[in-house]
Amino acid sequence: MSAVQSKVAGGAVLPLQQDAPEGVFRQMSRRFLKHRLAVAGLAVTLMLIFIAVFAPWLAPHSPYEVTAEFSAAPSSVHWLGTDQVGRDVLSRLIYATRVAVTVGFGTVALYVTFGTIVGLWSAYAGGWVDMIVMRITDVFMAFPYMMVILVVVSVLGPTLWTLVLVLALFSWPSIARLVRGSVLTLKQMDYIKAGVSLGLSTPRIVFRHILPNALAPIIVNATFGVAAAIMAESGLSFLGMGVQPPTASWGNMLTDAQSISVMTDQPWLWLPPGIMILVTVLAINFVGDGLRDALDPKQ
Amino acid sequence: MLLELKDMKTVFKTDRGEVTSVDGVSLRVGKGETIGIVGESGCGKSVTSLSIMRLLGKSGRIKEGEILFMGQDLAKLPEAELRLIRGGDIAMIFQEPMTSLNPVFTIGNQLTEAIQLHTDLRGKAAAGYAVQMLEKVGIPRPEAMMKSYPHSLSGGMRQRVMIAMALSCKPKLLIADEPTTALDVTIQAQILNLMKELREEMGASIMLITHDLGVIAEMADKVVVMYAGQVVEETDVFTLFEQPLHPYTQGLMKSIPHIEAEAEETLASIPGAVPPLTNMPKGCRFQPRCAFAAARCQAEAPALLPVQEGHDVRCWMAQEPEQWKVRKEEAV
Repeated sequence: MSAVQSKVAGGAVLPLQQDAPEGVFRQMSRRFLKHRLAVAGLAVTLMLIFIAVFAPWLAPHSPYEVTAEFSAAPSSVHWLGTDQVGRDVLSRLIYATRVAVTVGFGTVALYVTFGTIVGLWSAYAGGWVDMIVMRITDVFMAFPYMMVILVVVSVLGPTLWTLVLVLALFSWPSIARLVRGSVLTLKQMDYIKAGVSLGLSTPRIVFRHILPNALAPIIVNATFGVAAAIMAESGLSFLGMGVQPPTASWGNMLTDAQSISVMTDQPWLWLPPGIMILVTVLAINFVGDGLRDALDPKQ
Repeated sequence: MLLELKDMKTVFKTDRGEVTSVDGVSLRVGKGETIGIVGESGCGKSVTSLSIMRLLGKSGRIKEGEILFMGQDLAKLPEAELRLIRGGDIAMIFQEPMTSLNPVFTIGNQLTEAIQLHTDLRGKAAAGYAVQMLEKVGIPRPEAMMKSYPHSLSGGMRQRVMIAMALSCKPKLLIADEPTTALDVTIQAQILNLMKELREEMGASIMLITHDLGVIAEMADKVVVMYAGQVVEETDVFTLFEQPLHPYTQGLMKSIPHIEAEAEETLASIPGAVPPLTNMPKGCRFQPRCAFAAARCQAEAPALLPVQEGHDVRCWMAQEPEQWKVRKEEAV
């Protein structure tokens, strides 16, 4: 009974008399915070970024310093033991975070920017421009890209930045198509027509009115892109085509664990980098899931 | 004359070739005047208004004729110059207030954007002016409303915001495309009253596009009746309601429900529908639906001619009653 009464009382309040209308951003963060795994994922991701930035202060040893203890088991000096040439595993793990974060976010920043601009342009120009751009994306998406990446990396030389560049080169088409699709829908909206009738210029319409409305799927896609790029980098480094030793990367640390004897007798060599890859990718994907729910306009 | 359309013809490219949507429309809007454009859906009212602003999209274009606005031909003006007129000298409000505001920006954001684009006001001054405009269109607590997002507003409130936005740059001509169609009846009256008040205050001319003759009677000085892309009758609002001459206008009048009507009486309707643009009938375009159609109507298309001072009609029956009767008897 009291619930009914309060409902009636609540209904009598005119929406206009409510104070401070809730902003879109606040609504989204409220929805995101409800997603527990996403919040945990975000915490892990932020921690990884923190570790990457402050690696020199956090690492107990130099990641390149070779000591006399080869493949030593974890001890009070070397918390996660040492590798086959006597370098501290924990320190290498911490420095490898830098590689992962750089590749993950660098690749995504690069291809999301490029893909978004291409997608916007393609959709807004329409006609033959759109046709040609979309066929180019088709070609890129049809490539067996792991093979091409291996070839390109071997030609250009396997540095961190070639890796970022090459991964970005094969990732922009998906964003371009995504953006193009949203823009084609948004172009028909009444508020875009209203904007044109108010005398706004085309670049202003595209960047200030269409892009913010297309942002939600871009952000979600970019988040998953970070995880995918980190996975790809680890894979390539594992194959020896990515980040080259002595620079530490989770992928090339796993390369050391290719023999049965290491697998069985020296788990500190392969378990930590493996767990780091798993945790990182999982955390970022959780963040992506949370963002997708938070940014979903249907809620 | 503020705006003068001379034989404007708007065409659209389609898969089946070029289609004429508006065929030779001529009309004049004086300063401070309100002109109503009436007709069924698909008769070219909206395309006429969109042609003036050149908002026809990629497939549409103005093929012939002139759109003289304060002496400039808008049909030939370069895009950059036209952009200054859009939202500046000519503003537009649309039918759907629910979707005409960008959902990701606040009301204040969108209002000040328009103001900064067409006036010298910047920053705080622009925001202050925006609040003033919201107050003018009768929005309660305008300061708080500046921070609201469109989704928290009702349709009527949004249409008020649209009107505030359209009028913020003091346009000389306001084009209102079915401004009240999507609103509740009570809100409709409020919006119409608001538009009337603002017309008096700002001295703007209004081009009101509607299918609602009640709205026309309430607002317009002059009325243009359109059918199948053509003007079929043009006169002042009193003459139109007292003495409609075109059978189509008469049909529209008869299809308005009257409060005194007997309960058993069925409401009159015009049989048939507007012919598709790709397949216009021969002769008069209204002839297949017209109760008075004669042989001449099927053979020859009538022109829009004055039958009285300030009363133009496109109909043989009104223009040459004697001859039309003779022809009709011949046909029978």
